[in-house]
Amino acid sequence: MSEPILIQINGRPVSVVPGTIVAAAVAKAGEAKFRRSVLAQPRGPLCGMGICMECRVTINGARHCRSCQILCEPGMEICTDE
Amino acid sequence: MSESIFEFEVAVVGAGPAGISAACAAAECGRQVAVIDDTPWLGGQIWRGEQARPSQSQAQQWLDRLSHSGVTVLDRTTVVGAPAKGSLLAEHANGPCEIRWKKLILATGARELFLPFPGWTLPGVVGPGGLQSLVKNGWPIAGRRVVICGTGPLLLAVAKGLQKYGAKIVSILEQAPRSRVAEFGISLLRHPAKLIQGLGMMSFTAKMKFGVWPLKAEGDDAVRRVTLTDGHKSWTEDCDFLACGFHLVPNVELPLAIGCQLENGFVRVDRWQTTSIADVFCAGEPTGIGGADCALTEGQIAGYAAAGQTARAEALFAQRASWHSFRAALAKAYALRPELKTLANDDTLLCRCEDVSLGRVRQFSGWREAKLLSRCGMGPCQGRVCGAAAKFILGWGMESVRPPVLPARVGSLITNANQK
Repeated sequence: MSEPILIQINGRPVSVVPGTIVAAAVAKAGEAKFRRSVLAQPRGPLCGMGICMECRVTINGARHCRSCQILCEPGMEICTDE
Repeated sequence: MSESIFEFEVAVVGAGPAGISAACAAAECGRQVAVIDDTPWLGGQIWRGEQARPSQSQAQQWLDRLSHSGVTVLDRTTVVGAPAKGSLLAEHANGPCEIRWKKLILATGARELFLPFPGWTLPGVVGPGGLQSLVKNGWPIAGRRVVICGTGPLLLAVAKGLQKYGAKIVSILEQAPRSRVAEFGISLLRHPAKLIQGLGMMSFTAKMKFGVWPLKAEGDDAVRRVTLTDGHKSWTEDCDFLACGFHLVPNVELPLAIGCQLENGFVRVDRWQTTSIADVFCAGEPTGIGGADCALTEGQIAGYAAAGQTARAEALFAQRASWHSFRAALAKAYALRPELKTLANDDTLLCRCEDVSLGRVRQFSGWREAKLLSRCGMGPCQGRVCGAAAKFILGWGMESVRPPVLPARVGSLITNANQK
């Protein structure tokens, strides 16, 4: 088994296995709310395949990243609920 | 920002079954081929996870064949536009790139159809295929209660897949009547491989109900329960996830941006899988929802045709005709019931990107007017979710697309403009 990957989600350290997508890491950290909609409703992934854009999070300062399509990399800093 | 230009004799967009088989076929005829995919993995949605954890021999055979074919794989590469004939504009983590082609094969696949109902925007309400994809890449599901509803053979496949990862499947609710699905089952006698797949899922029949659809989902910050109906009575089931999808709709945005004509919502192709645009081919779900086997056959035909090997393409016509009969049976069995058009109230959101309600959208005469005056369909998904729903609920046509076909960084568009 390869080494776990250490990332940060909303400032808290989270360890995941290689091959984990960012969306899964966010769920594993117990965050149900990925983003806030125009009317400030909580939203999370819908399509799981990069089409609906509901799972957008900020990764290393880049906003609007599709968390369902991006694999976790060591040291990633992820922010949700923006 | 780095900027790069790639040139290929054959460019294939999409690395699902259709794209992989098309790329292999063309490369094995000696062509210089690239397959371009948005994701970091190969296999599309249907074979997602097969690279990391092989479980299907068909997927393994094709992934092996691809790895020995000499095809260049451009993964994590999102095609955002087709600025000129023979050219695609794409984005990679390192920046924008231009991909030049002599022949282009579009294998853009399909997405799930989502229909609005009260509560459908709550976190935890996901597509069945979507949840399966998330779980394959580490989404925690063990011990969680999942209600699966909507329509299509995917519901059972997802139930089986999620159970392997430890999910508690509460129920599987198919909107189509039992009689129509049974008829479809009988038609599978002509496709023994599909029949065997179907029989492998029989262990779930106790949890499956036909002629049932969702009325509403409830919860505070995430879904907690769903109300269902069979048209006579309604009841509530508790869940941690509601996996709800109404079969598939084709991804035709890129074909449309290139100018390909559609027919009944699908990309129109001739017997060589050529679209209405010369040198542009299309294979798999964008030409009709027929599943992976159909896509593999169409992909090979497109690949051979693009390489000019018409005899090799022709040898697959009978196989394709057989899969097209399966495709027709699938469409008939899982046709959507009209009651599904009335699930959303006037205050239910139709457009999830811009938070526009169905009641607001109904005030307009058509899709274009609704977009201009309400911003419906103008958010980051560019109408991929609400457009398909509005087409079913309101009967609106929306067969036009504007570049970029997916949200792109301003830098990519500037690079492209500077090259002109």
